[in-house]
Amino acid sequence: MNLLSILLIVPAAGFLALLLLPRAREKDARLLALIISTAVFLASLGLIGAPSSFETNVEWISSPAIRYHVSIDGLSLWLIILSTLLVPICVLISWNYIGKRIKEFYAFLLLLEFGLIGVFAAMDLFLFYVFWEVTLVPMYFLIGIWGHERRIYATVKFFLYTMAGSVLMLVAILYLYSRAGTFDYSVILTLLGNGRLTLTAAEQLPLFLAFFVAFAIKVPLWPLHTWLPDAHVEAPSAGSVMLASVMLKMGTYGIVRFCLPMFGNAARECAPYIAVLAILGIIIGALVAMVQPNMKKLVAYSSVSHLGFVVLGIFSFTQQGMDGAVYQMLNHGVSTGALFMLVGYLYERQHSLEIKSYGGVATVAPNLAIIFLITSLASIGLPLLNNFVGEYLILQAAAMVDVRWAVFAAIGVILSACYMLWLYQRAFLGETPEEVRSHVHDLNFREMAAIAPLVILMVWMGVASQSFLPTISAANAEILQKSTINVEYEVKRIPAETHYGD
Amino acid sequence: METSFLPTAAEYLRLLPETILIVSGTILMILEGLAGPRNRKNLSPLAIAAILAAMAATVAAAGNPGPAFNNMILADGFGAFFRMVVLSAGLLAVLCSSSYLTREKADSGEYYALLLYSMTGQCLLSTANELIMVFIGLEISSIATYILAGYLRDDARNNESALKYFLLGSFATAFLLYGVAWIYGITGSTNLEEIRRTLLNPESGASPLLTGVAAALMFIGFAFKISAVPFQVWAPDVYQGAPAPVSAFMSAGPKAAAFAVMLRVYLTAFPSIGDGWQTMIWLTALGTMIVGNFAALTQSNLKRILAYSSIAHAGYVLVAVTAYSDTGTAAAMFYLAAYAFMNIGAFAVVSHFSRTGEKYVELNDLAGLAQKQPTTAALFSLFLFSLIGVPLTGGFFGKFYIFKAAIDSGLIGLTVLGLLSSAVAAFYYLRIIVVMYFHEPGDTMDTITSPAPGIQIALWTSALATLLLGVFPSFVLDYATTSAVLVR
Repeated sequence: MNLLSILLIVPAAGFLALLLLPRAREKDARLLALIISTAVFLASLGLIGAPSSFETNVEWISSPAIRYHVSIDGLSLWLIILSTLLVPICVLISWNYIGKRIKEFYAFLLLLEFGLIGVFAAMDLFLFYVFWEVTLVPMYFLIGIWGHERRIYATVKFFLYTMAGSVLMLVAILYLYSRAGTFDYSVILTLLGNGRLTLTAAEQLPLFLAFFVAFAIKVPLWPLHTWLPDAHVEAPSAGSVMLASVMLKMGTYGIVRFCLPMFGNAARECAPYIAVLAILGIIIGALVAMVQPNMKKLVAYSSVSHLGFVVLGIFSFTQQGMDGAVYQMLNHGVSTGALFMLVGYLYERQHSLEIKSYGGVATVAPNLAIIFLITSLASIGLPLLNNFVGEYLILQAAAMVDVRWAVFAAIGVILSACYMLWLYQRAFLGETPEEVRSHVHDLNFREMAAIAPLVILMVWMGVASQSFLPTISAANAEILQKSTINVEYEVKRIPAETHYGD
Repeated sequence: METSFLPTAAEYLRLLPETILIVSGTILMILEGLAGPRNRKNLSPLAIAAILAAMAATVAAAGNPGPAFNNMILADGFGAFFRMVVLSAGLLAVLCSSSYLTREKADSGEYYALLLYSMTGQCLLSTANELIMVFIGLEISSIATYILAGYLRDDARNNESALKYFLLGSFATAFLLYGVAWIYGITGSTNLEEIRRTLLNPESGASPLLTGVAAALMFIGFAFKISAVPFQVWAPDVYQGAPAPVSAFMSAGPKAAAFAVMLRVYLTAFPSIGDGWQTMIWLTALGTMIVGNFAALTQSNLKRILAYSSIAHAGYVLVAVTAYSDTGTAAAMFYLAAYAFMNIGAFAVVSHFSRTGEKYVELNDLAGLAQKQPTTAALFSLFLFSLIGVPLTGGFFGKFYIFKAAIDSGLIGLTVLGLLSSAVAAFYYLRIIVVMYFHEPGDTMDTITSPAPGIQIALWTSALATLLLGVFPSFVLDYATTSAVLVR
């Protein structure tokens, strides 16, 4: 059994272990979850280096042939590490916040980790679908049990939206099986590559759309985003962090991994329309974020805007665009995850998410303020911080395809500076009301320890993108090459071939 | 050639499960008289032993498959599969019943005897190779079930339930019998193989129109038993009114047997009307899924929700029937097995939770169950997630396999609509979980006691089976796949 399979088994075993923990020793669940998730994170670092050497491919169900086929490449590697990093962080930020049904909370967190690693590692379409749905259950409970006032509405909406999208994907998976005779993604690609399986235009488009809609709901692409603000606002901090940082990436990951290589033709055909939706998402998301009185909602809408960039980058069908998109997935995970944590910290202190109930926080909690500022600047896309790299690559790629795309998308960057800085100004600067003075105190050691890795990453990913981009680039080049299979279009030549590192 | 009408030992073995059930049922009736009122509650172990013996006999009979009693029954793998489903459903129902009957002060051997008779009828249906046998099996099964539905005589809802079930059921059986008569008139036989030969023989002069009408008449009879649209209206009232363990059994056992006989009759006897039949089933399947799922959305009574859900699930199985292929048959078989466990599991929770007189069967009564009885709530959620079709449960794999069969047969429209309706269904199952987990406990939780041992066994068995069928479906699926070809 290799490392990747161990990474899947440990959280699942941890889930069961936590459920079996006696109710009287419930508080130990936190420590146990912290130990398990930290161990998983440290182990996952072992995947760096030679990601492709961790493949496992064994039979699960004989007929229909379903295989337990897991493997990773530069695309999934960092997303898995992002997931494993955020789980111990989420354990830390929930330490005191979660007061009821403690062991179940951490159990579901570990189940979620199991599902997420599975989604990013699965190479069999059936297996992928299984993990895809498995992530739904823990998140449903995380929001529903430990969320805020309107949690039930939010969580049912979240579940039904995803479910509606994914049943269509299931139809497409079944159809592919009836054509290819296998669920194995790499086999399907080989069959497509050597021409033993050809999908006509009439087949490709519905198949592409079935997959794409399921992913677009998850991303979420405007106008399928309406579940997101509800789910984010109502979720507990840890839920929001996992949702924003990793679960949204399941959608964009799915697009890159499955939609592009398998249905390159249809994807190119739809690219202009999807790009328009992405740009609309960027601008509308940013505009709506600007007028939100609720901090969590503001960050949630900013996610819609940021993920629009990712989709735009993917559908540019250029190396830069895809690299930027994948890099931006990670960036968004780091910086938006941190924003949700910070908002959660504020909420724990004053039990309000309304911006207007804060003010002058910087004077009473300078460390909190400085970290919030760094994170905001990262989110805006300040050079030397992480988002800049991704956004730059995406905008460059967009400009190469159609200059209008870049112009409109760039408006989103400007707007993001407006809403983030305005938020900072209203909440952290100015007069400090008596309420804030008595409730808000600075970060304690645990809170600091939880957010420090993300702040370090913001700087690291902004300054030394070389540590990450070459592996991503290699995986993207392969996907891009595969997406030209079965395509009648002439693939657009990239004007300036860019190379990262060696 | 001289034919001997005396059955051989092998033939007796092929009918052994039914024999065991009938004899044990009769012994139970006699014992009840002898035991006196005080010992009546001790009769359930006997019923359990009888069912286990019948299961063993089924396995033994499957070792030497073949026809018996002058081709009246055919104890093949297909039959053995459904016998096992019916017996498992019966076993779980007995396990739920003993504490239920004690609670309602209705302990008796008669109840178990009726349950065994009902199973006898369904086992006969699973193996019937002959239309008269189909009718006899259906009658044995139905009459026992009619009485069971009204078993608590002093309860008005029980009476209503039994009467409704009886009146509509007899009406539907009449249709079936009428269809059998037509077929006999057309082909001169009631044996499925012979009917097939005659209908496929172009020189037999069988009118396709008359055959079609006969098949449609029989279909009405079956559609009633599986509660397919438009013959589903009885189901919610009957399930709601009947004692909870009986509803559990009715939704699994008789339904599985009715599907078994429907598949066998149509696949064995009527290949000549293949296409015409597909359109009809297509419409029925879609209607059943949609009516079941949408009607369940507005219900607030747990038993009614589960009743409508069972209608919807019959619709999913009908999709597999529509596929009209070996994969489709195997998918239907697998699904009925998975469904038996998850649905009886869900009903077992209801019969535990409802308490004396079935006082608490409203959705809101479940509020806060997760805090008072986390294990019960967790198992209930497992069954509900399986009914939704969340992966790693039997319900998901069954649904997956059904729609795979449908896609293989080119039924893309039906697959899309069916799966979308199953996404709608997620809503009403989630409502139950919402109430259990996300609401604070109300006063309905004050009097709750821990589940009786019988119910606990039933719950854990169903849960284990649901998970096994979801994670390692092969052992059931392979058997279903190999036996599905037998009825072709």
